[in-house]
Amino acid sequence: MTSRRPALVWGIALLGVLAAALLASLLLGSVSLAPGAVLRALLGDGDAQTVSIVRDLRLPRALLAVLVGGALALSGAALQALLGNPLADPYLLGVSGGAACGTLVGSLLGLGASVGAHSGVLGSLALPLAAFLGALAAVLVVGLGASAGGRLDRGRLLLSGVVVNALASAVLLFLLSFGDASRSRTFVFWMLGSLAGATPGAVLALSVYAALGLALLLPLARAFDALTLGEETAATLGIRVETAKRTAYLAASLLAAAAVAYAGIIGFVGLLVPHAVRRVTRSHRALLLLSFLGGALLLVVSDVAARSLFAPAEISVGAITALLGAPAFLLLLRARP
Amino acid sequence: MTAPLAAEALAAGYGACDVLANVTRTFDAGRVTALLGENGAGKSTLLKALAGIVPARRGTIRLGGRPLSGIPRREAARALGYLPQGFEPLFPILARDLVLLGRTPWRTAFGAPSARDRAAVEASLAEMDALALAETDLGAMSGGERQRVLLARVLAGEPEVLLLDEPTANLDPRHRFLVIDAMRRRADQGGAVVFSTHELDVASTGADDALLLSGGRVLAAGPLVETLTEPLLSALFGVAACVAPGAGGRPTVSLGPARAR
Repeated sequence: MTSRRPALVWGIALLGVLAAALLASLLLGSVSLAPGAVLRALLGDGDAQTVSIVRDLRLPRALLAVLVGGALALSGAALQALLGNPLADPYLLGVSGGAACGTLVGSLLGLGASVGAHSGVLGSLALPLAAFLGALAAVLVVGLGASAGGRLDRGRLLLSGVVVNALASAVLLFLLSFGDASRSRTFVFWMLGSLAGATPGAVLALSVYAALGLALLLPLARAFDALTLGEETAATLGIRVETAKRTAYLAASLLAAAAVAYAGIIGFVGLLVPHAVRRVTRSHRALLLLSFLGGALLLVVSDVAARSLFAPAEISVGAITALLGAPAFLLLLRARP
Repeated sequence: MTAPLAAEALAAGYGACDVLANVTRTFDAGRVTALLGENGAGKSTLLKALAGIVPARRGTIRLGGRPLSGIPRREAARALGYLPQGFEPLFPILARDLVLLGRTPWRTAFGAPSARDRAAVEASLAEMDALALAETDLGAMSGGERQRVLLARVLAGEPEVLLLDEPTANLDPRHRFLVIDAMRRRADQGGAVVFSTHELDVASTGADDALLLSGGRVLAAGPLVETLTEPLLSALFGVAACVAPGAGGRPTVSLGPARAR
């Protein structure tokens, strides 16, 4: 729409800050490394241990934070546009919960090694698919609860999302009681939101899912713009409303599911980031792209905090995003004109 | 010449019941038609059915002679402009951005608005006396200001057929005439205009024809002199109607409370 250039400026600024945050993420950690050594290690130079720490541990983790944060924010942005509700979010709608159930079932069935310890690209690709099935099951149940006369009702959708979320929590607790104690501990830590399972394979797989989600959502930007007028009026503007809604819901589920499969349930990113981005742009194309960058930035910064605040102990990154997100969201709500 | 829009034995509704039954009417080029009727008579449903939002359960809607259901969505969207009643924006949006949404059927999936798009947005804002509101958020406007911006959104799409649900709601007298003029201009350019209203003076000043809906059925339809009559209006609204002949076939109507009979 008219606010094109400010969106571009914001995009460049966000990229700059994100690059700085990524660098900080590579520098900070339980083993202190000199900036020069880190940069050399990135290029494969220096002693084997430093290279391994930087290239096998810190870089995948930082990149995973970028992709998980971006995917969650993108998913939230799509759901908000879809439902015409700024409170929509993959977590709130039960999509994340469903994905977590799918991941756990997949993991118990032996797809991928185990949550929190992915091995190989194949295993890395399989677990998000299990998560996606779980997310789709959740979406289906949410949709069943919300459909009225073959259409999805916006208000009911949020309500049935809350119910499905509660159900997913119950199923998760039920599944957890099957594993042995040490396995359950890993599961719980993953479920609370953690990027500790980052591997190059996971980064590669998630980038495929993120690209797919973006490719599905970006062509819908104009439909999202028109949906601001309500579904009926959007239809009179030539928008295939039901097709757009289904595609967007599918893409949002896929993104959230992939994020959950690798990093557990991280709340607030999908809620907070699009909400904040809406203050600088009203065009949905810019909103989707800026949300991805903003989500990436939020999660990279949160992960740095999670690793370094009480080092060498590590806090759940989901706790950090909630601690940052809840007060900020309250402020945003109060500042709303 | 084929009429821009026509309904043939149209029935439409929600859930189990039909709101409209057996509505047949041709909306000719160059004519402005006022939809009149009590609350719940089916005016909005008729406009929605004509716009293709509410599917026809029986009967046919023809756009330029072809069944509406068989016309590609985008093509229909370019030809039909629909103004809903009582719109609340879901997210903050500036007037100019909202009016640009009216250009959606003309734009590609990607890419900036064309010079033609921008010109249409400015022209329709100007026509609705809303240029000064262009950079204002819709949520910060009065009801009448918002109504003019929403109308500008419909006009920006340059549709041949206008379907307006209470276009003069919330408007002061000057802007009411502005809207009446805009409808007349579209009709003079060969378009067809259908609008609903509860203001009989707007109908008698702005329309050529009236369609009287009662309980989802057509009570009467035709030129104002045949439809804005004392017996029809008092039957339609259940109040006393006094009609005086006016200049150019435009009757002046005044209504009073129903007299005890």
